[in-house]
Amino acid sequence: MDFLTTFPSMGRADLAALRRGIDAGFRNFSREWGEAIEAFFHPLLMFLVWFDKLLVNTPWPVILGVIGVLVWAGSRSWVMTLGSVAAFFLIGYFGMWQDTMSTLAIISVATILCIAIGIPLGILMARSNRAQSTITPVLDVMQTIPSFVYLIPVVMLLGIGRVPGLIAVCIYALPPIVRLTNLGIRLVDRDVLEASTAFGASGWQKLWGVQVPLALPNIFAGINQTIMMALAMVVIASMIGVQGLGVPVLRAISNQYLALGVMNGLAIVALAIIFDRVSQRYGQRLQAHRKGHGQ
Amino acid sequence: MSDAKISIRNLYKIFGRTPDKVLPLVRDGVSKEDLLAQHDHVLGINDVSLDIQPHGLQVVMGLSGSGKSTLIRHINRLIDPTAGEILIDGEDVLRMSESRLRDLRRFRTSMVFQKFGLLPHRKVLQNVAYGLQVQGKSETESTRAARHWIARVGLDGYENHYPAQLSGGMQQRVGLARALATDADILLMDEAFSALDPLIRTEMQGILLELQQELHKTIIFITHDLDEALRLGDNIAILRDGAVVQQGSAQQIVLRPADDYIRDFVKDINRGRVIRLGSLVEGTAPGGPVLPHDTLLEDALLHLSDAPQQRVAVSDRSGRIIGGVDLKTAIRAIHA
Repeated sequence: MDFLTTFPSMGRADLAALRRGIDAGFRNFSREWGEAIEAFFHPLLMFLVWFDKLLVNTPWPVILGVIGVLVWAGSRSWVMTLGSVAAFFLIGYFGMWQDTMSTLAIISVATILCIAIGIPLGILMARSNRAQSTITPVLDVMQTIPSFVYLIPVVMLLGIGRVPGLIAVCIYALPPIVRLTNLGIRLVDRDVLEASTAFGASGWQKLWGVQVPLALPNIFAGINQTIMMALAMVVIASMIGVQGLGVPVLRAISNQYLALGVMNGLAIVALAIIFDRVSQRYGQRLQAHRKGHGQ
Repeated sequence: MSDAKISIRNLYKIFGRTPDKVLPLVRDGVSKEDLLAQHDHVLGINDVSLDIQPHGLQVVMGLSGSGKSTLIRHINRLIDPTAGEILIDGEDVLRMSESRLRDLRRFRTSMVFQKFGLLPHRKVLQNVAYGLQVQGKSETESTRAARHWIARVGLDGYENHYPAQLSGGMQQRVGLARALATDADILLMDEAFSALDPLIRTEMQGILLELQQELHKTIIFITHDLDEALRLGDNIAILRDGAVVQQGSAQQIVLRPADDYIRDFVKDINRGRVIRLGSLVEGTAPGGPVLPHDTLLEDALLHLSDAPQQRVAVSDRSGRIIGGVDLKTAIRAIHA
C-alpha cells in the first residue's frame, strides 16, 4: 500500500548528489570558458556602453529633436510626434532622463540584435520543415521558462552587468520575431509564388522579391512584439546590473516607495506606447498596396 | 510529327504516396475511381500524347478535375510527371538540369494564370517588368519593354497603380503583358480568362487573337468553356479523367464528336459559328458568287439566300473552285 501513497522518487541523497554534480559541472565549464565567452561578447559590450554614453551625454534638446524626427519619419502624424516629445519632456522634468536614456539604449541594442538573429532564423524555419520542428520547442522553452531560471546560468557565466542583462532580454524577446517571420513567409500566397517560379526566379530571387516583401506585415508585427517584450524585461534585467528605469522600480519595491515606483513604471509605459504606435504606423505605411481603389 | 514545337508522349501523373508502385496498374487500365478507392492514389494524367505545332493555338479543354491544369504545368515542369516524355524543340524537359530548366522558364516559356498571380506589392509597371528583371535585364531596358507591352494591352496610364486597384479584367491584362514582355515563344495560359465576366472574357479573347495574328507564338490555352475553346483554338484537345478523349479542329469536333460525352458537350453550341463552307461542299459548282472555303456558315447564309438557286461556288485556299453548297445543306448542318 505504501507504494501507492508515496511517489517512487529518487532518494534525497541521490538527488542532492545529482544537483551538486550538475552545478559543479557547470561551474567548471564557466571557469574554463567564462573568459572566452566574455571576450566574445566584448564588442557588444563596447557598443552598448558607447551607445548608452552617447544618449546620456548628448544635450537633451538634441535628443528631443531626434526623437521628434524619428517619430515623424515613422508615423507621419503630428499628434504622435508632439505627444512623444511631450512625453519625453515630462520624463525629463520628473527627473528620470538619465535612466530613460539607459533603458532606451539597451532596448535599441536588444531589438537590433533580435532582428539580426530572429529574421534569418525565421527564414530558415520557413524554408525547412525540419528546422521548424527543431526550433519551435526551443522557442516554447524560451517564452515559458521563468526568466529568473535562465538568469542563473547567464550570471554564473558572465557575472553581473550589461551583457548578461542584454542576453536575458534577448532570450525573452527573440521568439515573437522568429515565429512571425516564419509564419509570414509560410502564409505568402501560393499562386504568386508559383507565378514567380514559372518566370524562372531563383530561390534567392523568390525570397527577396516575393516572400520577404509579402511577409513584411507579419515581420513588422514580430518586431513590434519583440520591442514590447524587451521593455517588459527592463525591471528583471535591472536585477542583474542593467542601468535604467528598472533600477528605481526595484528600489521602490524593496522600500515601498509608491510614487517612485509609479513614476518610473509610467515612464516605461510611455516608452512602450511610443515604440508600439510608431512601429505599427510604419508597418501600415509599408502596406500602401493593400488599399483598394484610388491612390 | 517531328516538327512539333512541344511534344508530349505517354505522359502519366499519379498523385499519392507511392505513384511508381501503382503506375503499372494504371497502364493495365485501372480506372480513376478504382485507383482512388482501392489504392488511395489520384490519377491526374493518364497516358496523354499531344503534339503542339509551332505558331498555333492549342486549346486543352475539360471540366474541372479533368487534369488540364495539371497537364499545362508539366510543360514548364511546375509539376514533375510520374512517367512519360515532354520535348520542347526536341529537347527533353525532364532531363534538364536545374539551371537549364530555369533558363527554359525565363526565356522560352511564359505563363498566364487563372488567379493572375500578380505581385501585390509591385506597381503595374514593375509587375510587367518582372520576367525581364528575373532574366537579369537592366532597369532601363526592362522598363522600356514593360511600357511597350502595357500600351499594347491597353493599360496606358495605369503604370503606377497597384494590382489591387484594378478590376479583374485589367489585372489579367497586366498578367498577359507580363507574359508577353519576356519575349518567350511559348505562351502557357491556364484558364486565363475563366475568372472574368463574360463580356470582359470576350474582349480579352479578341485581344489575344489580335496579338497572336502578329506575334505567332505557340500558345497552349486551358479552358473549361467550349465556346472559348471553339473560338480560339486552331486545334482542340478534350480531356476527361486525365485522358485525351478527342483532338482536332473545332469543326471536326462539332461535326464528328468521338463519343456521347463530347456529343453532349457540343449539342448546345452555335454550329453556324464553327462549321465552315468547305466541309459541306458537294456536286458541281454553279456560276455566280464564289465564297472562300473557310467562310463560317453564319456569315454565308445571307449570300446563300441571295444567290441564284440559293447555291454558291466555293473556292479553296489558292482560289480554285472546289464545288458548291446550297442553302438547304447549310441550314441542315446548323440544325443537325
